[in-house]
Amino acid sequence: MTPLGAYLLISTLLFAVGLAGALTRRNAIIVLIGIELMLNAANLNFIAFWRYGPNPHALTGIIFVIFSIGVAAAEAAVGLALVISIYRQQKTTNVDQIDSMRG
Amino acid sequence: MIIFAILSLLTVAGAVMAMSLRNLVHCALALTVAFAGLAGLYLQLDAEFVGFAQVLVYIGAVAILIVFAILLTRGGEPAAQSIFSSSWVLGAAVAVSVFGVLGSMIWSSPAVQHWGLTSSPAVNVLQIGEQLMTRFILPLEVLGLLLTAALIGAVLIAMRDAVTATEGNRETTARRNVAKGVDELAVPTLRGPIQGGKK
Repeated sequence: MTPLGAYLLISTLLFAVGLAGALTRRNAIIVLIGIELMLNAANLNFIAFWRYGPNPHALTGIIFVIFSIGVAAAEAAVGLALVISIYRQQKTTNVDQIDSMRG
Repeated sequence: MIIFAILSLLTVAGAVMAMSLRNLVHCALALTVAFAGLAGLYLQLDAEFVGFAQVLVYIGAVAILIVFAILLTRGGEPAAQSIFSSSWVLGAAVAVSVFGVLGSMIWSSPAVQHWGLTSSPAVNVLQIGEQLMTRFILPLEVLGLLLTAALIGAVLIAMRDAVTATEGNRETTARRNVAKGVDELAVPTLRGPIQGGKK
């Protein structure tokens, strides 16, 4: 197995763990943590492809990851603010109980 | 290779613990371990700037933000009921099948076998800064605008609504007075005493 394959497998594992957490956990904050893990797995993929790809001097992988980190930070801030606001309104962060928009 | 094994083990173990522990504060700590392992992996991949940005942004800011959110929503107390939601079987099946599909794709991909072991690219911060200021200047500005808007939006969403809170207090006061037998009309109106009472 080449180094690129090893990094890609680690990134896949990280993505699957984050997806499992986001889909199975009950607490909304843990769901957000799972989404952060998935974003980080994608970042690891970008860096691995940049490092072992055919043209590592173009720097596109690094630049993309920098932008991705910025967008993830904005997403985390807004998401956690929404969780706090929902907790004030409904006194719960349980995603099973937040179903007032269910038809 | 040994360093890679240790770092990847640390990252995956931290991620699994962050997704499976019962106490939410422990989850946040395990998440920090996973982020630190990822920063080490970036350093292994010769991406020093991204590694240090990972430490600054994720360990420094996002983890602290998550801890604050956990404490503000009283998530520090262990859950009385099951930590998994009602549809966890379906979610776990989806995650396992996604891992299976992606893993088999990586295993059989010809690009993964042929690429690899190029010479280490010597990238310094000067080159990244030049690229950010010339070729990627428009995305950089857009990202700055996005971050500003997101921070203002986060503050606005999380801020306790001042009008609602005051009206809630007024209603409680009125209800308490009614319960005590005091005439509600005798209670002064909202605006006057609050504005006059401050100074």
